[in-house]
Amino acid sequence: MSVPYAKLPAWADYGLIPLINVVVAFAVAGLVVLLVGESPVEAFTYLIEGAFGRGQNIAYTLYYATSFIFTGLAVAVAFHGGLFNIGGEGQAYVGGLGVALVVLALDGTFPWWVNFPLAIVGAAFMGALWAFVPAYLQARRGSHIVITTIMFNFIAASLMVYLLTTVLKPAGSMSPQTRTFLDGGQLPKLNFVFDWFGASVRSSPLNISFLLALVAAFLVWILIWRTKLGYEIRTQGFSPKAARYAGIGETRIVLVTMLISGALAGMMALNPVMGDANRLQLDFVTGAGFVGIAVALMGRSHPAGIIPAAILFGVLYQGGAEIAFMMPSISRDMIIIIQGLVILFAGALEHMFRPSLQALFASISPRSGAGEAAGQKGA
Amino acid sequence: MSEAAIELVGINKSFGPVHANKNIDLNIKAGTIHGIVGENGAGKSTLMSILYGFYQADSGEIHVAGKPVAITSSNHAIALGIGMVHQHFMLVQNFTVLENIILGAEREALLSSSISKARSELKRLEKEYGLDVDPDSIIEDLPVGLQQRVEILKALYRGADILILDEPTGVLTPAEADHLFRILAQLRAEGKTVVLITHKLREIMAITDNVSVMRQGQIVATRKTAETTVEELAELMVGRRVLLHVEKGDARAGEVKLSVRNLTVVDSRGVKVVDDVSFDVRGGEIVGIAGVAGNGQSQLLETISGIRPAVSGTVMLDGRPIDVTGAADPGELRDRGLAHVPEDRHYVGLVLPFEEYENSILGYHDRPEYLNGPFLNIEAIRADAKKKISQYDIRPGNERLKTANFSGGNQQKIVLAREMEKDPGVLVIGQPTRGVDVGAIEFIHKRLIDMRDQGRAVLLVSVELDEIRSLSDRILVMFDGRVVGERSGEATEGELGLLMAGIDGKEAAE
Repeated sequence: MSVPYAKLPAWADYGLIPLINVVVAFAVAGLVVLLVGESPVEAFTYLIEGAFGRGQNIAYTLYYATSFIFTGLAVAVAFHGGLFNIGGEGQAYVGGLGVALVVLALDGTFPWWVNFPLAIVGAAFMGALWAFVPAYLQARRGSHIVITTIMFNFIAASLMVYLLTTVLKPAGSMSPQTRTFLDGGQLPKLNFVFDWFGASVRSSPLNISFLLALVAAFLVWILIWRTKLGYEIRTQGFSPKAARYAGIGETRIVLVTMLISGALAGMMALNPVMGDANRLQLDFVTGAGFVGIAVALMGRSHPAGIIPAAILFGVLYQGGAEIAFMMPSISRDMIIIIQGLVILFAGALEHMFRPSLQALFASISPRSGAGEAAGQKGA
Repeated sequence: MSEAAIELVGINKSFGPVHANKNIDLNIKAGTIHGIVGENGAGKSTLMSILYGFYQADSGEIHVAGKPVAITSSNHAIALGIGMVHQHFMLVQNFTVLENIILGAEREALLSSSISKARSELKRLEKEYGLDVDPDSIIEDLPVGLQQRVEILKALYRGADILILDEPTGVLTPAEADHLFRILAQLRAEGKTVVLITHKLREIMAITDNVSVMRQGQIVATRKTAETTVEELAELMVGRRVLLHVEKGDARAGEVKLSVRNLTVVDSRGVKVVDDVSFDVRGGEIVGIAGVAGNGQSQLLETISGIRPAVSGTVMLDGRPIDVTGAADPGELRDRGLAHVPEDRHYVGLVLPFEEYENSILGYHDRPEYLNGPFLNIEAIRADAKKKISQYDIRPGNERLKTANFSGGNQQKIVLAREMEKDPGVLVIGQPTRGVDVGAIEFIHKRLIDMRDQGRAVLLVSVELDEIRSLSDRILVMFDGRVVGERSGEATEGELGLLMAGIDGKEAAE
């Protein structure tokens, strides 16, 4: 007999539990801050101010969130197919190559709004290509995708170092990066949106790829829950045996799922490369591929959860930089500890508070068994 | 010894809004065999888990041997002399019998003294209760009947006076079940108390002294077994009158729909699990495949339905071959009119985290009526699911509910509705009523007979001999991967039981 559990209302499941997890993560992080002799309240104030204080800070927070939405969606799509894509980092990195190749070829010829769709295709194609080899090895040879995607991160890093120090570097330049993109290779900023609200933003990297990220989140929702392919991906993810029974080809689903996942990770590159730096640089991904795993975990692999989770990590990145700047005894590593705690509580210990919360809800619910039992006993 | 071995007073247990046990009063007399029957979800397992310390009751008292106790863990239950034999054995497969028996009861850092002590104790237990097992054989080499005996020995070794057996005969041949009952009778004669949980009413009648019936979390009746009948118990279980016997007319077998020739299947370890099997199924007949679980029936079913490749042999569907040795595609077979209700509905036939309507198209999800181009036609799928829910009386009638939240019987109806609704020419069905409550069994059986009467071919695999006998027009018996005999639907249980144990089979092969 299966054990029936009290079902939590949706708002508790998707709102309260993540909130409790984040609060506890911050509380423990506060203890760490206390341990190095600083005031947790002060640190938290800097974090919030750094992330939301002025229009500019909000723009930075959303700029980071943009990257995390892409990588979070990439991990989520793979999750739905029962695959753990740890290679978002490498796929995003190589996606940057796709962006750069398109832009370097066309930025003098076409305006940005022609180059943007082409760059999207380039980024998605290269990201998908980088996911294809691990996917093929998983589908055909059974090589575990966690191992192969991790290794492909290293290959991607080496490949990009090679390309940026040789063929992509302008002749005579000392730095390992491409030439700066012309106007046709620069995405418009979204600063004007903040102007509408009266918050002046002098310069921020927030650009229209943020809107692309929101569109991508919507399309992922359509894909997973409203298409035949998404149905097949979910069937394969929940139960490979049921997929086999239903005549869903495992090889095809593994390949297609990973190609979509890789394409989403690759599109992350649009944000820093075409939207901000306007050139392809070494290590521009800076861990966003890995943050995507935490974002997908926290967002329950659902676009509606991934967007707020990505913004939370945007807050940690942007506000964390502020803490490190304002409180010298808290180093950058400290911020990583705080991020790690959020991942730990929100991801790995996701179910820690669930049983007690369920018990609580069961005891206050009017249909609770205890009350009914007492009634019967009295009768 | 006091009269009651266990007395439960006013036991209540809820899981959130689900009231699994309501005011349970139960008196189990020492030195008797007490049966507890009820449908799935009636609360039997919860009650026994409370007795065994897995759960704590929300309220109520437990008395063991007259003294009130609070059982907080299974170790505590063992200390009180309560032993449990689980439905799924809790044995370490690559340990010996002896190692399994002392597992958790080893006392010193070095095993040798525990082992020698256990060996002599085991000898005594074997002699006393007729529980012969070689203490040095490895568990995975033993047939299930013997593995179960090891479970019983484990409980006795720990000094159990009260033995709880949860659905003990599900995996046994009729002969093995008889042997188990002789052991239980021996235990009773030695003054032990046995609690037997089952849904098989005939076993209750055969072996128990008293029987309690559970329905919806309550004990609705306790009877002396000698003073009740199968019909009365069934009615108490379901809460209404039940037809225990399937009414069916004579089969009008038509032409051959499914033809299997020399089919051989090898599993991942290289063992021949289906060995040179040949048979036909005609339209308008139900062919039953009997056998103890694990004799190749499951693999046969999977191969015919295109899930598992065969190494040799042919299968013809409506006179056209199925590529069983290569890439048979279950989706294509469905298009050709072969529907499959798999044995394992939890992981194969259904995706439990899906909402009900999503499962109502599994395998048929590429049919144009459910699609708008690449998109699912959610409206159409839900409307279709609603229709099936009312036709098959699936409860609760909510197509947006998670499939995991339906009872076993209703989950099975979801699968049946899906597979039968496309009007297939051939239906292969495995364990149609495993874990399904009595009311739903009646419904499912009637549907299968209806299909037959409409001229469809039905291939039925079941480990429930009663089910095979009451539904089948012809019965094939599988043993060790081979079909060892064919009998008419009127074959006796004894006759089939011998075949299932492979006794007559060796002669047939020679």
